[in-house]
Amino acid sequence: MLLDRYLHDSAQRHPDKLALVCGERRVRYAEMEQGANALAHGLRALGLRRQQRVAVYFDNSVETVQGIFATLKAAGVFLVVNPQTRGDKLAFILNDCNVRVLLTGLSNFEAVASDLAACADLHDVVLFDWEATQPVPPAAAAWAAAGRRLHSMSGLLAPQPANLPVTQSISLDLASLIYTSGSTGLPKGVTLTHANMVAAATSITTYLRNEPDDIILSPLPLAFDYGLYQVLMAFRVGATVVLEKQCVYPYKYIKLIAKERVTGLPIVCTISSMLLNLKDLEEHDFSSVRYITNTAQALPERHVTRMRALMPRARIYLMYGLTECKRVAYLPPELIDSKPTSVGIPIPDSEAWIEDESGSVITTPGVAGELIVRGPHVMVGYWNRPEETAQALRPGRYPYERELRTGDLFRQDADGHLYFISRRDDLIKTAGQRVGPLEVENVLYELDAVKEAAVIGIPDETLGSAIKAFVALRDGRVLTEAEVIKHCQKRLERFKIPKRVAFVAELPKTSSGKICKEGLS
Amino acid sequence: MKNEHQLRSEIRQFVLDDLLLGDTASMLDDDESFLETGTLDSSSVLEVVMFLEHNFQLTVQDRELVPENLDSVNRLVQFVMLKTHAA
Repeated sequence: MLLDRYLHDSAQRHPDKLALVCGERRVRYAEMEQGANALAHGLRALGLRRQQRVAVYFDNSVETVQGIFATLKAAGVFLVVNPQTRGDKLAFILNDCNVRVLLTGLSNFEAVASDLAACADLHDVVLFDWEATQPVPPAAAAWAAAGRRLHSMSGLLAPQPANLPVTQSISLDLASLIYTSGSTGLPKGVTLTHANMVAAATSITTYLRNEPDDIILSPLPLAFDYGLYQVLMAFRVGATVVLEKQCVYPYKYIKLIAKERVTGLPIVCTISSMLLNLKDLEEHDFSSVRYITNTAQALPERHVTRMRALMPRARIYLMYGLTECKRVAYLPPELIDSKPTSVGIPIPDSEAWIEDESGSVITTPGVAGELIVRGPHVMVGYWNRPEETAQALRPGRYPYERELRTGDLFRQDADGHLYFISRRDDLIKTAGQRVGPLEVENVLYELDAVKEAAVIGIPDETLGSAIKAFVALRDGRVLTEAEVIKHCQKRLERFKIPKRVAFVAELPKTSSGKICKEGLS
Repeated sequence: MKNEHQLRSEIRQFVLDDLLLGDTASMLDDDESFLETGTLDSSSVLEVVMFLEHNFQLTVQDRELVPENLDSVNRLVQFVMLKTHAA
């Protein structure tokens, strides 16, 4: 089974059903399919060959989804890059996996065009929101002068047919790269086949009991696997996604639930905090909601209690996963009262167990160890990172198989239900995203006045963990919190910017002189 | 009562100082969307509310937390004028 068949099959079954609602736009499956087919033909016309990479650097939108499915239909490999990503980081990612075509918007392109000059394999940029009849923007003129090609989406699509392109892909081919923060400070591409993603989408839609009449409200970025899978899973069953750019205005979100008769609410802790801060929630209509899912960061118990009171019909799924296999475990909703802090059991068609440091399986309740995952959803590796791949994927039960070391410490109860304890490395999970402290520390060290820097996560009700920076300044130098944050704002995506900066005379060190973060808070 | 010019100037200063942390190069046009430009996220929308309530002695109701009221300098100016004149 190929991932792109989800769209094609749903368009065959119910062409007139809504696939996406995005702002004012309401796109039916037949239209989505034809648009993706035409763009796939367009990508081929640009010279895209089987398994070459196409990046979409754009907000949640109909075009982003079209780009994802068009790439797959053209037998390419897609990656969605968060449009908050700075130019130098985008260029790093595009070079890392030799992206051939970039799909983006005019203002996004203008902001990063100078950085993209360094991407040797990037031949073509397609702009979703620019017409060739409009004046050529300066960044585009420079791009063309350097021998690269720039296309308007409408110009590229105009001569293309809307029929299904013939593809040679099989399910062992790569479908997507999802870049995630690494402990080395550089992002790495989680490499997934069609089979991996189909396995995850099948498993999750099974336990969520998704149906064609589901209407899923997702403000989660498509660059984040949790957001991406909302669309993949909806298209698998022929459901509708109400795709929002972000969840900034709580009332807009609440009104959409009632207006669109939303049945599925995928949330992260940030969203539930924002909603539950509102005073008159009880006055609103949540009666359509059948299920709520949470992952990335545990929901505080009082959030769960309030959500249940507001939406008594809704099943609440507390879940745990990592990009390397999408999802590991979920708590069956009927256990939410008896085990509110558990993430439950492995997802269907997968196994997960806890091991001690010698590799022996732990079955004793309460004893901590590393969680190991086995299943068809486990990635094939990190793109071009053999050493990190070997650390994460170890030889499995059979010679052809590899198992995923999650790097997360878990314990289990007497029924075998899983409980997250902590991460083994120091990655911070904030607002549902992983942030490597090293990346933020490297940015702090760019400031000349900074002598030492350490970045940690501190507990935060809204974000799960909030990023806090500890900075020691060189003698005689002065820097304010606002100056530090302003610098980070220029260099980092918004969710990676420290919320607080503490100035200290010196950071604690180990006996070997290494900065020691234990005790910082 | 502050006139529209004063309001606009204070609101622009807030956007520059607090949302953009003084980054004048990123300053938005008065009709540019905070959401579209990535200027606001779910935590900074509360900063906007606190700024409005504190500077203009008004109360922002939960139901007023919608982009129509808050999503650009122009919309903030209109919203404050409406609230303060109605009060």
